[in-house]
Amino acid sequence: MAQFPIADPAPADGKLPEQALIGASVRTFHAYIHVPFCSVRCGYCDFNTYTSSELQGFNQTDFVQRLLQELDFSQRVLETSGLPQRALTSVFFGGGTPTQLPVSDLVRSLEALTEIFGLSSHAEITTEANPDSVDVRYLNALAAGGFNRVSFGMQSAVPSVLKTLERTHNLENVPLAVRYAKDAGLKTSVDLIYGAPGESLDDWKRSVEAAIGLETDHISAYALIVEPGTKLYRQIQSGQLEEPDEDLEADKYEFADEAFGSAGLNWYELSNFARTPSDASLHNLAYWTGQDWWGYGPGAHSHVGGVRWWNAKHPTAYAKPLLDGLSPAVGREVLDDQARLSERVMLELRLRSGLASEVLTGVTGDVDQKISSLIADGLIDGVAAIRGTISLTLRGRLLADGVVKRLLA
Amino acid sequence: MSPRSSRRLEPSKTDPSLIRNFCIIAHIDHGKSTLADRMLQLTGIVDDRSMRAQYLDRMDIERERGITIKSQAVRMPWDVDGQTYALNMIDTPGHVDFTYEVSRSLAACEGAVLLVDAAQGIEAQTLANLYLAMENDLEIIPVLNKIDLPAAQPEKYAEELANLIGGKPEDCLRVSGKTGVGVDALLDKIVATIPNPVGDPNAPARAMIFDSVYDSYRGVVTYVRMIDGSLAPRERIQMMSTRAIHELLEIGVSSPEPEPTKGLGVGEVGYLITGVKDVRQSKVGDTITTQAKPAIQALKGYSEPKPMVFSGIYPIDGSDYPNLREALDKLKLSDAALVYEPETSVALGFGFRCGFLGLLHLEIVTERLEREFGLELIATAPSVVYEVTMEDQKEFTVTNPSEFPTGKIKRVLEPMVRATILSPKDYVGTIMELCQARRGSMIDMQYLGEDRVQLRYSLPLAEIVFDFFDQLKSRTQGYASLDYEEAGLQEGDLVKVDILLQGDQVDAFSAIVHREKAYAYGVMMTGKLRELIPRQQFEVPIQAAVGSRIIARESIRAMRKDVLAKCYGGDISRKRKLLEKQKEGKKRMKMVGRVEVPQEAFIAALSSDSEKKGEKKGK
Repeated sequence: MAQFPIADPAPADGKLPEQALIGASVRTFHAYIHVPFCSVRCGYCDFNTYTSSELQGFNQTDFVQRLLQELDFSQRVLETSGLPQRALTSVFFGGGTPTQLPVSDLVRSLEALTEIFGLSSHAEITTEANPDSVDVRYLNALAAGGFNRVSFGMQSAVPSVLKTLERTHNLENVPLAVRYAKDAGLKTSVDLIYGAPGESLDDWKRSVEAAIGLETDHISAYALIVEPGTKLYRQIQSGQLEEPDEDLEADKYEFADEAFGSAGLNWYELSNFARTPSDASLHNLAYWTGQDWWGYGPGAHSHVGGVRWWNAKHPTAYAKPLLDGLSPAVGREVLDDQARLSERVMLELRLRSGLASEVLTGVTGDVDQKISSLIADGLIDGVAAIRGTISLTLRGRLLADGVVKRLLA
Repeated sequence: MSPRSSRRLEPSKTDPSLIRNFCIIAHIDHGKSTLADRMLQLTGIVDDRSMRAQYLDRMDIERERGITIKSQAVRMPWDVDGQTYALNMIDTPGHVDFTYEVSRSLAACEGAVLLVDAAQGIEAQTLANLYLAMENDLEIIPVLNKIDLPAAQPEKYAEELANLIGGKPEDCLRVSGKTGVGVDALLDKIVATIPNPVGDPNAPARAMIFDSVYDSYRGVVTYVRMIDGSLAPRERIQMMSTRAIHELLEIGVSSPEPEPTKGLGVGEVGYLITGVKDVRQSKVGDTITTQAKPAIQALKGYSEPKPMVFSGIYPIDGSDYPNLREALDKLKLSDAALVYEPETSVALGFGFRCGFLGLLHLEIVTERLEREFGLELIATAPSVVYEVTMEDQKEFTVTNPSEFPTGKIKRVLEPMVRATILSPKDYVGTIMELCQARRGSMIDMQYLGEDRVQLRYSLPLAEIVFDFFDQLKSRTQGYASLDYEEAGLQEGDLVKVDILLQGDQVDAFSAIVHREKAYAYGVMMTGKLRELIPRQQFEVPIQAAVGSRIIARESIRAMRKDVLAKCYGGDISRKRKLLEKQKEGKKRMKMVGRVEVPQEAFIAALSSDSEKKGEKKGK
């Protein structure tokens, strides 16, 4: 499992420093709920999630209870820290597999959030779903309970690739689940993963075409990240599986970008494609544009005005302080101006809308020189740059981290 | 076994007829230090409890590598037929780089124990030192060591030794430094056969310096052999090469710990301390006399150490440059042969061009800099000194390939060596191939015994300094041994090969090579760099050029993917930290134009393929 960053300890009362208040009224507010349950753990997964056998003495009912306690706690913290009351612009249930929970639990949690904070008029309410763990009734109940978007973990349309990833869902269930979701009036998205060991370019093409064929509003396509501590990492280290080939991954990305584009799905973030600008995920955009969000649940991360904190990962460690009305957070970072600038460059550059070049006045070195060399290397759009926006070209998207380093160096 | 001596002869009052001065000539690993340990124990000057393995090797590096860099002299009492004698054992360095120091150690003795591993036979270096000892008219006592080993073949090698030095195979003593067998007989034989020193006790004092060691507490400790006259504490002494005067703060003998005495008389061996802080003020080979009654004629054989191999040494972290300077200044105090001057490299920043006696010397110095001073260093490929004459008669001395002059060159002279290689006869073919490939020409070939051969070659030093020794060892399964001596300058058809990254010359990779090898060097280096330099955001051509002519070309394809696909709430802090860490890592990158080259690539590209640190000098 990925390690938390090294940081300061989080205060037990959760109180936020004054810095968090600056500009709060112009930032939107969002909620993320982490549901740490899965029926099985996939080989590549380093997320904070547990199978029932891994979690003895902590059941799903306890979890929802603690979640509701954290909701109360968050309201107290935001209020006593002096933050303005803001309705939620988006709510996102992720995991794990949120749909492992009875639909009534998800709806009840959403209701509690709505009661406390209220929802803005076009609030986006999403849950992730495993195509196997939802049926018509479940999806209808979600829609009836206030959800308006569902994101399916499809990953691949090729059985051998799913097997390498240790995904257990039934391939035929994906189109069914998407259709039921649409019928229920939900917006739909699917996640794809490319670069699994052994996945050929043709395998990937099949997956991309299958995903396009689902006619969802949104597709996310991620290169597989081999995280230390996962089974996949060990399999690669020991030579059982081959290491992902970055050139092949670049080919796959270029193919997907082209295919999605022809199908009317345009990139709005490096790994995210939407049918129309209004199909872009509001929740995801909140992360990349530095809005405020509270992350609920074990291991969830929060951000309010340049203050980041994160909860204890293990559900029982998470639960304990909440029983005493204390913060479940184990670490916190109060970002200084330099760190906030770095994050802005790093995140906003990922977006098609790009980074305003005036943001770069704070970085060291000759910015104009950096920009012109990036244009010369074909990494950023020259016309956009003249108009004051740093926006990545296709090649630049594939080398985004290097571009960030060059801008900040 | 002879009894340990119950009394010791008092230094400064010992009759020269009761003194025996000897050294041990041996190849690395033939057991010299272990034999010396047994002698210390047997003569009782080190008790069994405080005995530690290889007592005389003082530096950690020496003990770890099992080699002796600095010699020392130990005075031991030994009784034969009721008469006590004083034996001075002078421990000589065993490596080709230190031939000059060996020659001075030999000049301090009347006899030498020729110690040969009974399982391996004589090696080239030993042979070279043996010839040196014979030229100095030393009495040679042949000894076969390690006779306790199952693989020992004492008869075979006794025969070989008899052939080399004359005499009968049965005259060859057989000992085991490990078990102590035969060591007492050896001590008896030293007393019996090695001539006692002869000198004029009433003549002006003349003492020869055969070693000079820096001690951080006491300053320079100088080891001397009295030839004529005597020295006493508090006397004012004079170095005959520099005329510098020092006061004798302490004089004594090592036994084996330093013991102050009332002086040193004719034929004695001991140490002096004058309070000087730099071994350059007390040079090996120099003659010491007294200010009050100075000698007129210095002893023969003194010469200044002359660096043969040069290398640029750079700190990996540029901010360590002042620390490197300080470390070199300190090291110089204990190493008279080390020379250096500041140098700047476009690729590597600020550093020093350092001159060494040879490759081992280079390795020892860099290792000491890293170990004793905690520095991380890059050393450029070793280079030799070229004398370049231009068409317009201008002359240049080039110790750094990047300083090789451009323009019309009339001729280039390069240093040559006469190399001696000893090997089992089965490997003669492969050795000849190697020497030919290294532009060697054979001088002669001789059979030493039935199956061992001595080959002598004239070779350019530049061909030896890179990886010749490793090649020789690997081609002969470690059986061949090598020794060489300077043999003047010779004209060579030499050119400079430059390496360019994206059109920018990388000075650290320039090399002076024979014209016929320029292409091979270019292909090798460009290929190596292609493997070592990580892909950049743009394509990077790597070229090798002689003058303006490109002779080899490779290219590093542009990197295509460098992006973390996912970056949601919890990933942000992690990813920022990762970026910050990578920014730190960038400090360890050297920029060549726009190309980022990791330090590791420099280090790997500059080291020879077969070389792995530490293995080289092992066996």
